[in-house]
Amino acid sequence: MGDVATRTVVEIQGVSKIFAASGQGARPVEALVGIDLSVAAGEFISLIGPSGCGKSTLLRIVGDLTAPTSGTVKVNGKPAPQARRDRDYGMVFQAPILFDWRSVQGNVELPLEINGTAKAERARRAAELLALVELSDFAHHYPWQLSGGMQQRAAIARALVLDPAILLMDEPFGALDEMTRERMNMELLKIWDRTQTTVLFVTHSIAEAVFLSTRVVVMSARPGRIAAVVDIDLPRVRTVETRETEAYFHFVTVVREALRGDEGGQQPGSTDARRVAAEGLSG
Amino acid sequence: MAADIAAPRPSDGAWRRRLRPIVGFLSVLVILLITWEAVKAIGGERWQVDSLLGTGIAIDWQPPFQFAFATDVKLPHTWVIALEFGAADANGMTTLQRLIGAALFTLRNAAIGFTLGSLLGLGLAILLVHVRLLERSLVPIIVASQTIPIIAIAPLIVIGLKADWFGVAIVATYLTFFPVTIAALRGLRAYDPRALELMRSYAASRGAILRKLRLPASRPYLFTGFRIAAPAAVVGAIVGELPSLIQDGLARQIITGMQYYSLNAAFLWAAIVMSAVLGIGVYVLVVGVESWILRHERRVDAMGA
Repeated sequence: MGDVATRTVVEIQGVSKIFAASGQGARPVEALVGIDLSVAAGEFISLIGPSGCGKSTLLRIVGDLTAPTSGTVKVNGKPAPQARRDRDYGMVFQAPILFDWRSVQGNVELPLEINGTAKAERARRAAELLALVELSDFAHHYPWQLSGGMQQRAAIARALVLDPAILLMDEPFGALDEMTRERMNMELLKIWDRTQTTVLFVTHSIAEAVFLSTRVVVMSARPGRIAAVVDIDLPRVRTVETRETEAYFHFVTVVREALRGDEGGQQPGSTDARRVAAEGLSG
Repeated sequence: MAADIAAPRPSDGAWRRRLRPIVGFLSVLVILLITWEAVKAIGGERWQVDSLLGTGIAIDWQPPFQFAFATDVKLPHTWVIALEFGAADANGMTTLQRLIGAALFTLRNAAIGFTLGSLLGLGLAILLVHVRLLERSLVPIIVASQTIPIIAIAPLIVIGLKADWFGVAIVATYLTFFPVTIAALRGLRAYDPRALELMRSYAASRGAILRKLRLPASRPYLFTGFRIAAPAAVVGAIVGELPSLIQDGLARQIITGMQYYSLNAAFLWAAIVMSAVLGIGVYVLVVGVESWILRHERRVDAMGA
């Protein structure tokens, strides 16, 4: 799989994001500063960091839902806006955001409709994705009839239906309880294994980040910088037992220490070491 | 709620739920009729019957008070009004048949007006939602248009246009488009903003966003507008008929009832009852269509069952 492994899917260089001042007496908010990151095809990258570190903002910049103040983002070799227009990625948000007036199958077909796919092909492809996320029996149910976990599975099916180069996920399991979350993690890995999609995953949970990823990008508090990048050297195929191995706990500790700002991580930071903000910014 | 099974479909108790509004309505109706007769019993005219319903029981009731508005001419007994529906005229047609015929004629014009008004209202709202500048300038004018008394405008439209039944439909359109526009303006903005982001992430065109997000999300609000607009269309049709020479609609029956009130007060009341039935009927029809179209969505409104 030589070529696939070396192809760069996402190239982020020198990205910064400053939000203009809003409200009375507020100062501009520096959400991101000097982000450099390269994501190769087939990787599973987690972005983790304290609240307000800009990980969601970074994800949205990659998805061209917001523009960087400076720096460049290339997805699949194209500028991010072009990748969005070409429908190169699928996005899963923290809330499933399924349309209430469409059945589960109708929701999964939505991107295909926007893309102009013919009806028979749409039905076939939607059925394929629903089988992948094990929701085939609920194809004709409506979102409100499904549990939270099932709704997110439907949202994942929808995000994958156009076979995107990259899957962007913003804390998709954040609203679920821990047991459901762990189960969904396993299901996501199964799906990832089948589709070989590149994944950029934002999370608050260290356990989740280590369990799912090939690399964990640790970000610092605002202004968001990359504090450390940790290669997760666990076997590619992970099971429930993986969570109980020593290697797993080792990496969890590495990530936790990187979050705390100690320099004892396995891999040194790929950008500037985190500096304590000398100037207090609002918030 | 970590269970991974789908919630049960709400089919149990569905009959009981559907029956409740009907039972409620009938109860209110009965209370209204009892109140009507109670008022007459307290302050109406003397009530004399030799043989009640042929049973041989004689009734002679003199109410203790005398209300001027409760005489047998001004406020006929409910059964007198009910019997009036069965009274036949010179051509052998019963009042009920006459009124139903008139109501259907008025209904047709109201339906045309409702359709045109709804299309106009929705189209206008779609335009205003996409062109912010127009919204700010047009909405006050639209609101002002509705405050001009329709009684004053109707003759202008119906007689001035010389369009006869179509002029009547225009008046119905005039009263219909406003609630639909206002409801649609709100409805077209009622989508979850994150859903709009989702559409943007798929680079959906503005047309696709309108068709696949805004319009479906606006349907509950649209139907609220339709509920108000449907009876308004009926009112518009009747008011439109009033100044015209149209003989076939309910307005003509109402005018006739007014002219011959001293001779046969019950007829006017019968015409009023028929108009009310028509108004209620179109409302119930809208609610029925709404329940069917929104059948897959989670039940929120009790009347919508």
